Amino acid sequence: MTPQDTEYNFAYLDEQTKRMIRRALLKAVAIPGYQVPFASREMPMPYGWGTGGVQVTAATLTPEDTLKVIDQGADDTTNAVSIRKFFQKVAGISVTEKTAEATVIQTRHRIPERDLEAGQILVYQVPIPEPLRFLEPRETETRKMHALAEYGLMHVKLYEDIARHGHIATAYAYPVLVEGRFVMDPSPIPKFDNPKLSNSPALQLFGAGREQRIHAIPPFTRVVSLDFEDHPFERGGADADCAICAASGVYLDEVIVDDAGGRMFVCSDTDHCRERLEAGHRGPMGAPAEGEAA
Amino acid sequence: MIELADVTKTFTLHQQGGQVLAVIRGASFRVDPGECVALTGPSGSGKSTVMRMVYGNYLAQAGSIRVAGLELTRAAPREISALRRDRLGYVSQFLRVVPRVPTLEVVAEPLLSLGVARGAAEARAADLLSRLNVPKALWSLSPMTFSGGEQQRVNIARGFAHEYPALLLDEPTASLDPVNRGVVLDLIAEAKARGAAILGIFHDAEARARVCDRSVDVGAFSPRSEAA
Amino acid sequence: MTAPLLSVEHVTRRYGPRIGCQDVSFELWPGEVMGIVGESGSGKSTLLSCISGQGDPDEGRVVYDARDLGPVDIREMSEPRRRMLMRTDWAFVHQNPRDGLRMTVSAGANVGERLMAVGARNYANIRAQATDWLGKVEIDEGRVDDRPAAFSGGMQQRLQIARNLVTGPRLVFMDEPTGGLDVSVQARLLDLIRGLVRELGLSAVIVTHDLAVVRLLADRLMVMKDGRRVETGLTDQVLDDPQHPYTQLLVSSVLQA
Repeated sequence: MTPQDTEYNFAYLDEQTKRMIRRALLKAVAIPGYQVPFASREMPMPYGWGTGGVQVTAATLTPEDTLKVIDQGADDTTNAVSIRKFFQKVAGISVTEKTAEATVIQTRHRIPERDLEAGQILVYQVPIPEPLRFLEPRETETRKMHALAEYGLMHVKLYEDIARHGHIATAYAYPVLVEGRFVMDPSPIPKFDNPKLSNSPALQLFGAGREQRIHAIPPFTRVVSLDFEDHPFERGGADADCAICAASGVYLDEVIVDDAGGRMFVCSDTDHCRERLEAGHRGPMGAPAEGEAA
Repeated sequence: MIELADVTKTFTLHQQGGQVLAVIRGASFRVDPGECVALTGPSGSGKSTVMRMVYGNYLAQAGSIRVAGLELTRAAPREISALRRDRLGYVSQFLRVVPRVPTLEVVAEPLLSLGVARGAAEARAADLLSRLNVPKALWSLSPMTFSGGEQQRVNIARGFAHEYPALLLDEPTASLDPVNRGVVLDLIAEAKARGAAILGIFHDAEARARVCDRSVDVGAFSPRSEAA
Repeated sequence: MTAPLLSVEHVTRRYGPRIGCQDVSFELWPGEVMGIVGESGSGKSTLLSCISGQGDPDEGRVVYDARDLGPVDIREMSEPRRRMLMRTDWAFVHQNPRDGLRMTVSAGANVGERLMAVGARNYANIRAQATDWLGKVEIDEGRVDDRPAAFSGGMQQRLQIARNLVTGPRLVFMDEPTGGLDVSVQARLLDLIRGLVRELGLSAVIVTHDLAVVRLLADRLMVMKDGRRVETGLTDQVLDDPQHPYTQLLVSSVLQA
């Protein structure tokens, strides 16, 4: 199981660093939604490329694990490919594009369409973990607000949305209340995915490398999207079916197909789309052979 | 109702080398309910100083000043505030109001601060302004822009809005025409009739003769006259 | 009127060897407005921060008669309780409205914040209350969605007052509330504050260097110099018959309008 062709320690980080991160992870799991500070390391990739998620993944992986990496739902974008290759090289673990086969899934900005299962770990890459940052720039003050559960300010942001747009226009990084205690930024996932945060059998871990914070949602934790009585949370999403696999009720990407304004909607989750094609589902643009999705 | 005993007032002018001005010494007199007493004496003899001490506006150095059961020389500020709110009225020579507040509100304010309902307070204010011939068209305007005589009538209406048991009047008839002067003297007579104790300064000898029961010569309390 | 709303007992605050304020005591009763005057550096702002729960005195106590608890030393309250008190029962009006407002959100959100902080979760109700309060402080209700950055200085100050009073506080601290405003704008603001204080039965502590402001607003006055209280009494008595040399200097230094 030791990587044969490199001199790296398993999963790149040294054992002491992984222990430090695991301690932070344990604390984060013990206090759902609470941002645990950790000593984020320099990684061989720039901030913004998922250094927080990579460190959490590195601390979580065992040699038996199967890793899947997605970026905006896709397994084949630069960020996903480079992180997947990174762990193949430094940990020698097996990788997959199939949600069902993965034991650890590192994600940037999506939750897979397929329901996660007990034993799976979803690792989120987080740019700014502090949901109150928008209105309160002082870290000392936001920490106090979390400590005292003073969350009126979060609703000021939503109020402002309604005053400006007539509805809550926040479409991603939509704030949630975790287990009735901590308000949390779920990372920039579309609010369409928010309901999937709640009561999931999988363990959800969040790593912010530059901001040096880790937070977590343990399995079967109640996660509620903030809203007003008279402006309840709405999941949103495009009112269309996937042009390739005809899936409905999934998160769709809009793709411009020509210079005349032609467009189509396709599954953002490429694995989900492929799975459906294999099962024989076809949309208007679905090629009969296995598709290289969008 | 108003009782002074051996009251002394000096001013220490710290800006002028600590010079001490003795103004009043051994002032003793009383005003009973239903009585109107005039303070007399030449200009500069300390009539206004005595009035201001009775109102709590000036501090007495020695002696006792009792108004409606309160010993002013030992009273806490909030006790004097309460005294002024419900038991001791003061009609000064000059109207001092917040800019922009309408005349009707200025007159009704003493009642409002006593918790009288707005409707009742404004009705009373309107009644007094009418009696004092302040044109209704002016009631919604701030009195700051009014003529001297109009301002004085607003001031009097304000002073008489609440039926204080003790009332201080500083030249209430100054700068008034004969008709309004008559109205003010009537108001004073009515206040006496309901049992108010009134202490006033009247340069207007005829007015003094009409409403005052007796006079107190402030000159007798002047430290200078005694030294002379 | 059975107990003082606020009792300040021997409050001292030092900054290293320098004295912020020393051994200051006073009581504020329900419905009373107290003015604190003094020149820059006299300790009046230090005192205000100590008694309003923003700064900690080195010595002395600040006892507040809380609605549900009775008299309690604010430093002995748990922090969540104290912060809750500061958001509901108390209000603080800063000299510079930018210190008391959120400049990046609308006027309505500024007023609504304290409501949301105490659990209001109905958008329409919050907005209606915010609009109502804009009317009370004489801001056109059509500007509820405008940001305070687009308001004049006087409007910003009135918005700050609305934002503070929306939760029905009992005690308001004001730090030079009319500082930096034109004279005509000041008059309007003073009138507004005076009306609100009486209508809502507020108690207030107003720190200012402007004697005209305290004459119009304050029942009682405290004069401070070099961190100490030099004179206290009824406002008109202190201004018309000042006893202390410093107060006499202060009063005689004011231009007569």
